[in-house]
Amino acid sequence: MSVIAADRKPASDRKPVSDRRLARAAASSDRRFAAISHALLILWSVIVIVPMLWVLMSSFKSTGEILSSPFSLPDHWRFENYANAWTDANIGKYFLNSVIVVVSALILVMLLGAMCAYVLARFEFPGRRLIYYVMLAGLTFPVFLAIVPLFFQLQNFGLLNTRPGLILTYVAFALPFTMFFLYSFFRSLPHDVYEAALIDGAGDWRAFFQVMLPMARPGMAAVAIFNFLGLWNQFLLPVALNTDQDKWVLTQGMAAYASSQVYDIDYGALFAAIVVTVVPVLLVYCVFQRRIAGSVSQGTFR
Amino acid sequence: MKDTIPTAETASRRPEPAARGGRPRRRKLTFDRVTFFLAFLGVPLAIFVIFVLIPFGQAIFWGMTDWRGFSPDYNFVGFDNFTKMFQDDIFLKALRNVALLAAFVPLVTLTLALGVAVAITLGGPSKGPVRGIRGASFYRIISFFPYVVPAIIVGLIWAQMYDPNAGLLNGVLTGLGLDQFDTFAWLGEKAAAMPAVMFVIIWGLVGFYAVLFIAAIKGVPGELYEAAKIDGAGRFRTTISITLPAIRDSVQTAYIYLGIAALDAFVYVQAMVPNGGPDNSTLTISQRLFNVAFAKQQFGYATAMGVVLAAVTLVFAALVFLVNRLTGGGEGESKRKAPGSRARRAAAKGGAR
Repeated sequence: MSVIAADRKPASDRKPVSDRRLARAAASSDRRFAAISHALLILWSVIVIVPMLWVLMSSFKSTGEILSSPFSLPDHWRFENYANAWTDANIGKYFLNSVIVVVSALILVMLLGAMCAYVLARFEFPGRRLIYYVMLAGLTFPVFLAIVPLFFQLQNFGLLNTRPGLILTYVAFALPFTMFFLYSFFRSLPHDVYEAALIDGAGDWRAFFQVMLPMARPGMAAVAIFNFLGLWNQFLLPVALNTDQDKWVLTQGMAAYASSQVYDIDYGALFAAIVVTVVPVLLVYCVFQRRIAGSVSQGTFR
Repeated sequence: MKDTIPTAETASRRPEPAARGGRPRRRKLTFDRVTFFLAFLGVPLAIFVIFVLIPFGQAIFWGMTDWRGFSPDYNFVGFDNFTKMFQDDIFLKALRNVALLAAFVPLVTLTLALGVAVAITLGGPSKGPVRGIRGASFYRIISFFPYVVPAIIVGLIWAQMYDPNAGLLNGVLTGLGLDQFDTFAWLGEKAAAMPAVMFVIIWGLVGFYAVLFIAAIKGVPGELYEAAKIDGAGRFRTTISITLPAIRDSVQTAYIYLGIAALDAFVYVQAMVPNGGPDNSTLTISQRLFNVAFAKQQFGYATAMGVVLAAVTLVFAALVFLVNRLTGGGEGESKRKAPGSRARRAAAKGGAR
């Protein structure tokens, strides 16, 4: 940069006034830009945070307090709202169901997605491109088109209203995304390492699990986070395919609890249930947020 | 580096071995190799075909039948479902509603997301090189928050915010002296319901796309900014002339995925206005489809709606492509494209949502 600046010097000597004026104008517009930036971000942050804080605050109030004074802090912090939410709304049970389904699906889809991406990215065989584009189409089509046939597909396999059925469906619909994200990672891994592994006597299996997979770890972590958020937040698939109340996942349970509240309102417990649902994911996010920010740009810097 | 890692586009034009960055390998089929292919390609593909491809394929067929689901018999009715659909006032209303959603949600979301991303990455101190604003990581974390919250919960939170009596929104507005909002039912008034729903969808999605654009902007070579600065361009000018053209591809992809999300919108509307809103003013095709399928058991008719939804989605995507092309995007892009652009494009989809 300094070199370029030095090159420019003679030019600015020739027309010092206009250049200086230009620079001053630019600097003042930059200050305005910075001020607007700050204002915009502060406003946006307020719009994001206030509803969340309000939910948190309301979760400690009684229904009467919420109705009469939505603003004020609770007179008396009702922690029993949380106990009520936990028992009435079965939040604990649904939470566990969500964890089981999401974690199993996540592990499966990461493994299968990585395997599929690896083969498609690094091997040459007839039909490779066709498979790639068919999966690309699967990524773009709306889930709604498939939801009714999917219902009967699962019924035919005896998988309707079962955890394995839900897990497999989650895996199938998260697979294209996982595959595409990892495809570019596996493509960019150096070929020499693979050759070296083969020379050292590793077969295709070992080359993948002991050499290539560990090398794709940054990509895997990023995809895993996105998949986790996507699967944890999944609503349509469980609502349509998982109607057995004992196996409900958290999003389903929350929706049902909220709509059952219409006639028998315990707002405090509803807000507490929302807090219980949101806080763990927010915490996980805060811990891993650097990876998310990094992951999206991952490809750019590789 | 860029040249050694081909994108799909360049790969298709090159001789294959070079595209893989290696030598052609042809080795005989051993037992190891056969099981490897079966497990690595066969298993994922089988799951994908059984749970994604076949249902999509079946949907197109069943959309042309009058199948009611629980009896095995059905009649092939051709395009009757589609003609019926376009005489169905409720469906037409739903179609109009999703068209509104697809028109406004991506536009506003992306404008806001770009604003946030630019402010975070380029809104820094006016002296010296272009840099991020103070507290950039704080703003980044905060703006992503809503995306971490399950969409159904976002809907529930805002349903409470909008509550005419106990909601915070009316509390704030009356507090500001706007007494006409004392018991204003945001989701119960025909004119207000749809904008209110749109706002919530936008609230939930802006953060994700902001993070995506932040990454894209950070991928813009720093020399470009230096050059613009030397030429006397201020931050605003730099944003318009350097940043936006450079991340054009990301914006297009985001536009398409946002459009798909807006056309669906099931989760949000189901959480806020499960009954379709006042006079069906917020009913979406997906809600109508779900109701016709699982409450009225008209599965044939419902899948036909799914086909229309898919067609609308494809038309939307084609329109975005076309507009981008006509306004001069995508020229020579494949050459300049960073190797990670595909990963980013996949990321724009936002996981399995």
